Parts: sequence; structure tokens; C-alpha cells
Amino acid sequence: MNRKQKKMLARILVTAALLVILHFVPAEGWLRFGLYLIPYLLIGYDILRKAGKGIRNRQVFDENFLMAVATVGAMALGIWRGGDYTEAIGVMLFYQVGEWFQSYAVNKSRRDIGQLMDIRPDYANLETEDGGLEQVDPDEVEVGTVIVVQPGERVPIDGVVLDGESTLNTSALTGESLPRAVGPGDEIISGCINLNGRLRVRTTQVFEESTVSKILDLVENASSRKSRSENFISRFARVYTPAVCAAALVLAVLPPLVRLVGLGMAPMWGEWIYRALTFLVVSCPCALVISIPLSFFAGIGGASQAGILVKGSNYLEALAQTRCVVFDKTGTLTQGVFQVTGVYHNTLPEEDLLAYAALAESASSHPISKSLQSAYGKPLDSRRVAEIREESGQGVTALVDGHRVAAGNHRLMETLGIPWESGEQVGTIVHVAVDGQYAGQIVISDVVKPTARQAVEALKRAGVEETVMLTGDLQPVAEQVAGELGIGQVYSQLLPGDKVAQVEDLLARRAGRGKVAFVGDGINDAPVLARADIGIAMGAMGSDAAIEAADVVLMDDDPRKLAKAIRISRKCLGIVRQNIVFAIGIKVLCLLLVAVGLAGMWLAVFADVGVMILAVLNAIRVMFVKNL
Amino acid sequence: MKKTYKIDVDCANCANKMELAAQRTEGVKNATVNFMTLKMQVEFQEGQDPKAVMEQVRKNCKKVENDCEIFL
Repeated sequence: MNRKQKKMLARILVTAALLVILHFVPAEGWLRFGLYLIPYLLIGYDILRKAGKGIRNRQVFDENFLMAVATVGAMALGIWRGGDYTEAIGVMLFYQVGEWFQSYAVNKSRRDIGQLMDIRPDYANLETEDGGLEQVDPDEVEVGTVIVVQPGERVPIDGVVLDGESTLNTSALTGESLPRAVGPGDEIISGCINLNGRLRVRTTQVFEESTVSKILDLVENASSRKSRSENFISRFARVYTPAVCAAALVLAVLPPLVRLVGLGMAPMWGEWIYRALTFLVVSCPCALVISIPLSFFAGIGGASQAGILVKGSNYLEALAQTRCVVFDKTGTLTQGVFQVTGVYHNTLPEEDLLAYAALAESASSHPISKSLQSAYGKPLDSRRVAEIREESGQGVTALVDGHRVAAGNHRLMETLGIPWESGEQVGTIVHVAVDGQYAGQIVISDVVKPTARQAVEALKRAGVEETVMLTGDLQPVAEQVAGELGIGQVYSQLLPGDKVAQVEDLLARRAGRGKVAFVGDGINDAPVLARADIGIAMGAMGSDAAIEAADVVLMDDDPRKLAKAIRISRKCLGIVRQNIVFAIGIKVLCLLLVAVGLAGMWLAVFADVGVMILAVLNAIRVMFVKNL
Repeated sequence: MKKTYKIDVDCANCANKMELAAQRTEGVKNATVNFMTLKMQVEFQEGQDPKAVMEQVRKNCKKVENDCEIFL
């Protein structure tokens, strides 16, 4: 609680106590009025003052002004009706209780959500000449400076490890609790927590351009991009208050006149004016307005804790309406790294075959030879290889341990006149022949992420009707991956420009049936990310381009986060809708009851404050996304 | 040109009123008020002096919501 809130709380408590005491004081007439004026002014003086200023600025629909008119009116009616002032004071009291609660809840959730994203490093350690450490503001560290990150400290600035081994906890960035091992030469990004070893790091960015600054900036500004629901409610509030005030005026004047002139009955001015004043109490829109931005703020905060950065409330809203998800294959559903996935038709032991192939290809820097080497897994002894000859577009021949080895595609086998086995496996196939005899084939392919299948299933469960995969790969590869993952449609052999065209096609075809999201790895698919209703970049930790281009950024590369993002957005939007319907519904019901005389000011203010408290509590619920 | 200012205001509807008042101020191209982060982002029309415009924005905001502050 801040000072303002403490003061308000004291005023509320004293007023309540005074009301109870005055209940037992047998004063009558003007003395009674005077005594009751004390708690009234105590609880309402600031509102009366603001109302006065409002009048000077011609703000007739200012809620302070409305509350002032309503309660001053009720006090006046109290004199006329024989000294019942508790209602006017009670209304003011509960209005203030509501305001107090709102300010408390909003402040608390500001802090809580701030803590969810508490990844701002406070300092960076510079080495001093005597070998000690000096703490400086991360803002002052220049690119290329060597900083030291001690165990337990947060990495303040992006950089490359010079020496030291450690594991990093990336959970504040990715929501993933599995620690990452780092050693010399590895890039590390700011915001991670160094768990056990001391690291010396050369910075590669200034603090402002570091990952942590970018993320904080993004999350903090996200709720400034307003959603349609927010715009709706603020437009509604603009119309609502004047409308209810006009209704109040009509209610105060018309029925008594009709009774008097039309029906020849007593006009009952007091009763109708009372009902009109009650209308003014119901006309305050704050309860309605507060819960919507609070829900989105909590949703964006909760999502960022799970490693999902949503760049605006409007995107959170669009995400909830996603019915079609388009994937880019490489780097999204697959790891984008080529690996040996199998050895077939081999006449030699698998290990020997891999050794021959890896040694023969050892001079090449082609991705295929890299994956052969990593599958072989041992250091290559170049003395075992001689007479390496590269056959362009076919493969290599070389003398390995005195054996003539040929490794390459089927065209190489044909050139050499060696009969080869055709493969059933999809991927890049390296045929190996040793001393003119076919020795087997090694299949190299891009590996599907282990969680990709679950991710596609989860999306379908989350209400996504259509899943599409786009890839530049050959058709058989694409078909196989899509079949394995259960993806509905595949478009293969696409050039980057074709992907934009495909997404445009889908957008046109699905117009009016929910939003189309495109998921890519953020590398060279920026135009597609921008073209789709929602562009989602994944595995974006440390990739500036992706953070720039996308509307939603998944910090790690687990595709299951997609469904989670959609579920969070659905929950958020669901709660927003509940709050809108609930708050407007109760207000309208209240107005009806008051108009026919079934409810008084007490109920009106209870309903108002009650609705707000429930709506705010409901909004805070959005923040809890862990088990979604 | 866009600039962000810290603000102080107590209720969400008042924040909306400030937003409207800021948007209607001469020299302002667009303005958004973020009640949750208590920030006002103002986009100025070309050739306008942000300082002078913001003084006016502050005046207009004070008119619609007396109990607010913009930290210039």
C-alpha cells in the first residue's frame, strides 16, 4: 500500500465507525444533519472538490461530479424525509471502498506482472587490473568489453564466452527449466542466470541492443497496442454515461408530470428524484473499463513468463481467433540440422561404413560431410586418407587405409559402373562403395523435432481446423514429414516468393472464417510473417530479425508452445468476454430495478463495487497460465 | 516522431479520457495511454515542437481529469 491508499483506508474506517456511533446518538433536526455532515465530508471531500473543478472545466459527465450530485441530492432528500442520511454517506463510503480496492488491485497486479518479467540485470562486472571486480551499470559497457559473470548472477549483456564452463538457466526467457551447458566460444544471451561456473564473456552488443532490453521493451509496450475489446469498451463508456444521465433526467421529470397532468394523481417528486439520483450512481463506468486492459496486461505478462512474447493486446485477441496454422517446415517442425538417420543395405559394419564415408569426405565443408563426421563421432586422422578427388555434383573418391572408397549419389555409382540399391528412405542418400563393391547407403535427413507431432495434435485440440505445411523441400520429403506429423496440407518445392503467394491464397480462401497464423523460424521468412494475420517466429532467442518481424515470438524452439499460446489467448479473451457481459448485464439489470422502484441506492452502489471487485479478480486469473 | 511519457492517473476511464484529450490536441498525430503501465505514447505531426505540444496536451488532460499528471 502506498501513502495515498493508507490515507484512504483510514478515512474509510473512521467514516464507518462514525456512522455506527451516530446511529446511537438521539439528535434531531438540524443538529442531526450537522452531525451526519461530518462523516459525509470526511469520506467525500475530495470527490466534492474534484466535482467543483469538473464544473469549472465543463466536465458534466465526470464521475466525481455525478457522485457529488447523487449524494448531495440524497442528503437533501434526507432532510426532507425526516433525517435519514446514512444512505448518502453509505453510497459515498462504498464508492470509495471500490476506488480503494481498484487502486490496490491494479497496483498489486502491476507489481506481480512486473515480477514475472523481472529479468533486468542491475549491474555488470568488469575486471580491474589487480584482478578484482568492479560493478558498473550495464548501460556503460561498450561492445567488445570483457565482463565476468559469477555463479548466481544474471548475464547482463549478450556476448561470447571466452573462458569458463557453466550451465545457464534460461527459464526467465524461455519458460523452459532445462539448463543449457555453455563453454568457450558459445554465444550467451542476456537475461539467463549463470548457475555454477564463473564465465568471462566478451560482449557483442551494447545493453540497449541486448536481448534482455529488447524483450523488456517489447513486453512493456505490448499493452499499448489496444485490442478491439478495449476500443469497444472505451467507446461504450463514452456513450454509456451521457445516456444514463439523460435517462436520469427523464426519470426525474417525466413520470411525476404524467402522474400529475395525465392521471391526476399525486406527483411523488421525491420518489422519482431519488430514483434519478440512483441512476447517477449506476452511471459511473469505471468498473466496466478497468477489467479489460487489466485482463490483457495479465495475459501478456503470463504468456511472457511461459516464454511467449505477444507484441500487443490486438495480437493476443487475433491469436484467440486462429483457425488455420501454416508452418514453415525447416526449423519449425524439423530441427533444420542434417543428421545421419540410418544406414541401409550395408555389407560392412555400420561403424566402418561411416568411418570410410566420413574419411573420404573429410576435405569437404559441405553440410553432408559435416553430418557424416558428427555421426562418426571420432576425430578424423587425415593421414589415413589420400588421393581425394571430388566429382562435381556426384560425390568423392579417395584412398582410405589403402582401400578405394567412393561416396556420393547414385550418379557417382553409375559413373563407376557399380550396381546400387535404391533406397526406401526419404532424404539425401550417400551410396558407399569400397574397392569397387557396393558397401551400403547412408541416409541423411533433416530430423523432425521430437515434440512436433504432439504440437500438431495439441493445436487441433485447441480448435485449429486446418494445418498447412510450406517448404522448399522436395515433395517426397515434405509428404513424409507431413504424414508423420498429421498435417493436413502440404505445398512443397516452393521458392520464398511462392510462400507469400500461398499464404495470400489461404487468407483469401479462409476470409471470414477465423485468422490465419504463419509459423516460421524468423530467418528469411519475414515477408510471410508480415503477410499472415499473425506472424509467429519461433526459436527466436537472440535473433533480432525474428523479434522485429513477428507479432508473436516463441523464445525457444519447442513447437508445443504454439498451442499453449493459443490456449492462453483463448483464456484471456474468454475472461474479457465474461467481464464485459457480466459488468454490462449487472448495470442494465440494476437500472431496470431502480427504474421500477425495486432497488435503491444501496443496491446500486453494492452492485457497482461488487461487479468491479469480481471483474478485477477475474482479470487477474488470466495471469496464471502454468497449467494451460 | 514518437515519444513516450510517464503519467500518473487513478482510474482506467480517466486514462481513456486523457487519451481522447491528447488525441484532440493540435500538433498530435496520434496518442495512446496505457493505464496498466502508466505511459502515454504520443506521435507528433511533422514540424511540431514536442515540448510546446506536450504543454498543451497536459493542459487539456488536466481539464478532463483534474487528478492526473504527465511527467514531461
